[in-house]
Amino acid sequence: MTKITFIQHDGEQQTLEVEKGLSVMNAAVDNLVEGIDADCGGECNCATCHVYIDGAWMDKVGPTNEAEEAIMSLNPERKDTSRLGCQIKLTDELDGLVVHLPEFQF
Amino acid sequence: MSDMPEPRTSMVGKDPYSIPLEDIDVSQRELYRSNIMWGFFDRLRNEDPVHYCKDSEFGPYWSVTRFEDIMKVEAQHNIFSSNPSISIQDPMEDFKVSMFIAMDEPEHGKQRRTVQGAVAPRNLANMESLIRERAGAILDTLPVGETFNWVEKVSIELTTQMLATLFDFPFENRHKLTYWSDVATAVPGPDSIIDTYADRPRILMDECVPAFMGLWHERANAEPRTDLISMLAHGEATKNMATERPMEFLGNLMLLIVGGNDTTRNSLSGSVLFLNENPEEYEKLMADHSLINSMVPEVIRYQTPLTHMRRTANEDFDLNGKTIRKGDKVVMWYVSGNRDEDAIERPYDFIIDRDKPRHHVSFGFGIHRCMGNRLAEMQLRIVWEEILKRFSKVELVGEPVRSYSNFVKGYTDLPVRVHPL
Repeated sequence: MTKITFIQHDGEQQTLEVEKGLSVMNAAVDNLVEGIDADCGGECNCATCHVYIDGAWMDKVGPTNEAEEAIMSLNPERKDTSRLGCQIKLTDELDGLVVHLPEFQF
Repeated sequence: MSDMPEPRTSMVGKDPYSIPLEDIDVSQRELYRSNIMWGFFDRLRNEDPVHYCKDSEFGPYWSVTRFEDIMKVEAQHNIFSSNPSISIQDPMEDFKVSMFIAMDEPEHGKQRRTVQGAVAPRNLANMESLIRERAGAILDTLPVGETFNWVEKVSIELTTQMLATLFDFPFENRHKLTYWSDVATAVPGPDSIIDTYADRPRILMDECVPAFMGLWHERANAEPRTDLISMLAHGEATKNMATERPMEFLGNLMLLIVGGNDTTRNSLSGSVLFLNENPEEYEKLMADHSLINSMVPEVIRYQTPLTHMRRTANEDFDLNGKTIRKGDKVVMWYVSGNRDEDAIERPYDFIIDRDKPRHHVSFGFGIHRCMGNRLAEMQLRIVWEEILKRFSKVELVGEPVRSYSNFVKGYTDLPVRVHPL
């Protein structure tokens, strides 16, 4: 198992223990975390699982991949720490990951 | 228009399962007006999901009919180009408007980013009370106890007002927006608002362009505001567009007008039709108004206001066992993807409390995914919230009349009566 914390736009926090290997998007959807829509179901094709990676975690999570960049670059609320939850796999290295949710998904 | 001959071999009256597979042509407009395209798509999804039609009014084309394959095409935007057209019909040779929906990267992204903010959820939140007020005012004028056309009195009026709001277009002239939108998509004919295809550029160039050019200059000379014209006039990628690239200016206006007009209009009409066809769902809604939130995306899926989007292959590509050649026309039939039982449970059922209702393909996916998706959802939600405050039932009292189009899936008539609470 691995830990992940979701922080809502209004500051509400939820820490979950989920199976290793899941994506950040699946961890949220499987546990009914609000603020992640995932309309396309994890295909990197809709950008409705947008999250902001917390502080130092960005080094471990890494930047967007090419397909992700194409779609994220269109989002007006994109920041340097923006990633799509479906593109981040929860490995050992990311145990304890903290992500912030945007106010809106597009 | 009903006695107008169909081109080539008509699909009308044919059994979808007994005609040769290769003869199936789902581009025929009459299929959509008669609402008889379903069987043809069911067969294609099962027997030949990536199907080649060698001859049609629009030339040869591939049909992509399964949800999963549509997603693949959407994702490969470098291979499947949106240029020169996103509908099965090619642009007219002598009237090539250019709009970012029909562009590829990097130009598409540059222009889209400029206007995306106008319809972003943050901006919408500020508009909600105005939309609610206007929706309520429309509903309050409906003739209780009389039969009237819901399309005309509610769906068109509401989406027209919304467009005028988005553009900050002179409110008293708002019906021109709907007229231009209809001109842009109409198929010429005796019952149509245009007689020939040549009417289209004439009307748009003589009326629509000058009107917007005036607004453009007015907004360009003023401080930036949140309406779409102002955003275009001040946006880095678009600020010289009106003066230097007028066809692009017109194209992007038409994109925003058509995009925000037909689609929401027809989903709003569809919502009334589907609830009447499924009385148990209407009862569920009356018992629990919070179901509006899941009903709205279900309506958008079930309606599928645009039947398809079209791409053109930039290079050879193998899709689900078929080789699509460079230059081939590829049509992603959203209307079929939204009835794919491999992606959606009981796809032919209208279920307002469906699990994962937004897992549908009506907005498309990938970089060209509908920019106004949240605005559309918000409009539908607000209208239904306001309907439920006023009426115990919007009752369908006659047969709907559907649009003669293979692109815009909609209605021209929906006779109803409203019953107060």
